[in-house]
Amino acid sequence: MELQYWIWIAVGISFSLYIGIAIWSRASSTKEFYVAGGGVHPIANGMATAADWMSAASFISMAGIISFNGYDGSVYLMGWTGGYVLLALLLAPYLRKFGKFTVPDFIGDRYYSNYARGVAVFCALIVSFTYIAGQMRGVGVVFSRYLEVDITTGVVIGMCIVLFYAVLGGMKGITYTQVAQYCVLIFAFMVPAVFISIIMTGNAIPQIGFGATGSDGVYLLDKLDGLHRELGFHEYTTGSKSTLDVFLITLALMVGTAGLPHVIVRFFTVKKVSDARKSAGWALLFIAILYTTAPAIAVFSRTNLIETVSNKEHANLPGWFEKWQTTGLIKFEDKNQDGLIQYVADPEINELIVDADIMVLANPEIAKLPNWVIALMAAGALAAALSTAAGLLLVISASVSHDLIKKIINPAVSEKNELIAARLSAFGAVLLAGYFGVNPPGFVAATVALAFGLAAASFFPAIVMGIFSKRMNKEGAVSGMVVGILLMLFYMTKFKFGWFGGGTNEDWWFGISPEGFGSFAMLVNFVVSIIVSKLTPPPGQEIQSLIENIRKPN
Amino acid sequence: MKIENTYWNTNLKYLVILLSIWFIASFGFGILFVDALNEIKMGGFKLGFWFAQQGSIYVFVILIFVYIYLMNRLDAKYKTKE
Repeated sequence: MELQYWIWIAVGISFSLYIGIAIWSRASSTKEFYVAGGGVHPIANGMATAADWMSAASFISMAGIISFNGYDGSVYLMGWTGGYVLLALLLAPYLRKFGKFTVPDFIGDRYYSNYARGVAVFCALIVSFTYIAGQMRGVGVVFSRYLEVDITTGVVIGMCIVLFYAVLGGMKGITYTQVAQYCVLIFAFMVPAVFISIIMTGNAIPQIGFGATGSDGVYLLDKLDGLHRELGFHEYTTGSKSTLDVFLITLALMVGTAGLPHVIVRFFTVKKVSDARKSAGWALLFIAILYTTAPAIAVFSRTNLIETVSNKEHANLPGWFEKWQTTGLIKFEDKNQDGLIQYVADPEINELIVDADIMVLANPEIAKLPNWVIALMAAGALAAALSTAAGLLLVISASVSHDLIKKIINPAVSEKNELIAARLSAFGAVLLAGYFGVNPPGFVAATVALAFGLAAASFFPAIVMGIFSKRMNKEGAVSGMVVGILLMLFYMTKFKFGWFGGGTNEDWWFGISPEGFGSFAMLVNFVVSIIVSKLTPPPGQEIQSLIENIRKPN
Repeated sequence: MKIENTYWNTNLKYLVILLSIWFIASFGFGILFVDALNEIKMGGFKLGFWFAQQGSIYVFVILIFVYIYLMNRLDAKYKTKE
């Protein structure tokens, strides 16, 4: 059957499933809208968290990025999984015990100040918007590539779908669609991975396969290291970045993960504290399935790519090469006019530029897998992008309707009106996100990674100290958050967008890249908070007992 | 009051132990000592590389489930005394 039919079928079935779930699980109260009524099963919540967490970037780009960076790509693997340990051990159970709806709820109550709440709302909105713009773009790109519509139409279709189930179902609708989306995306990711692992190594488990030998009896990783040396690339299994920078980027990604409001809020949806711990464990297990497979795909596709194209005649290449060339994701220029492809590290001689996204998207074609597998990839990529976008939307709408309107502007608002406000702000947020998806600011790609730095520099210290220190007061926490997020914003705009005089890698403070700077800004946040809190009065008796209560067993 | 303090202190003890393992498996084996570990090979994997791209993630998953087990046990213990 034609590929295009398969794609329409796969996308059509998965979308009707999501819409069906949304209608079945629409929210009727604010509690259902914000935290799905608070009765989600820990395994279901684990799946929803995993889908929420794994965005289009995890699904499409990550394996490709690792494939081009080898060991250096490990920062994403460790950074985006290790944060769940922090989340499970330091945050999730206590925030669930606290038992409110949002992260600013906790900050505002624990630091007994609407000013602290306001700062938290501001941070939540900045973090979520930088993140969601990238997601809508991802939806648009996937639609346009697989359904052959233009990107704007793709974004609009994506907006309508998300709008439908986020506005109608709130957290309840989102949670159960995310469970379905997790199943779709993990199946779509694993099927080609298993096939390719069997083809290349004879081992059906990719995690083991990429440490095994290929058909020529040589270990795959040794062969890849050899190919890299031959072509002048950096050896695949060793690093090229400084140890300090790798350390700090990994830390910033981990802490940022634990501080992302759309991840934290998922732990408000389970029934009890022990369920919060459990769902963090399940979430990481579900995430680990994809995250341990990605480096295997990276090695398979890297080896495949080099062996297929390096020093081969351009005219004799398989069909996928030309197909992806027309999309602009593969660029070939025959500089020395010999008809062969020189794919080497030296930019003067190199004739081939391959976009990182190809590694996952074109993988089924490169490995000559059947058409239905490719269609599955399309549905999986869409599931990944939509589920993350929906989770972020909910954080944005809850920040506006609950934290801003209900808690700060008009505490007398009725539940019915708050629910209307929540739906309206979700609607507004979709439109804004859609606008950014169609007209992406040039910095979207750069800022998605930096959203982690922002979360690390603002929320993580305030929440952790709110639980583990009885002495931390509002003055300390607020000044820490403000200094942390401003410092991070300053550093990232300076070195990423050239504001404040700009600068090159040479000017980085202590050689820390903007991606790793979140760790430094977080440290500054901690130090500022502690010093300021020592100089100002401790929190009152009420707060002391609030903390006691959070720490108590069920 | 006293019971709660022991509960909290035991919790903190678990956190210190588990987070130390978390640190050693990722930042230790995967980053700081990666070159030394890469001298050792496990099948086709250099050990440091394996920890950075596989092992650390397995350790993370195990750590959370160990924590779940420990805390459930601790909760049960204090529930019966209350």
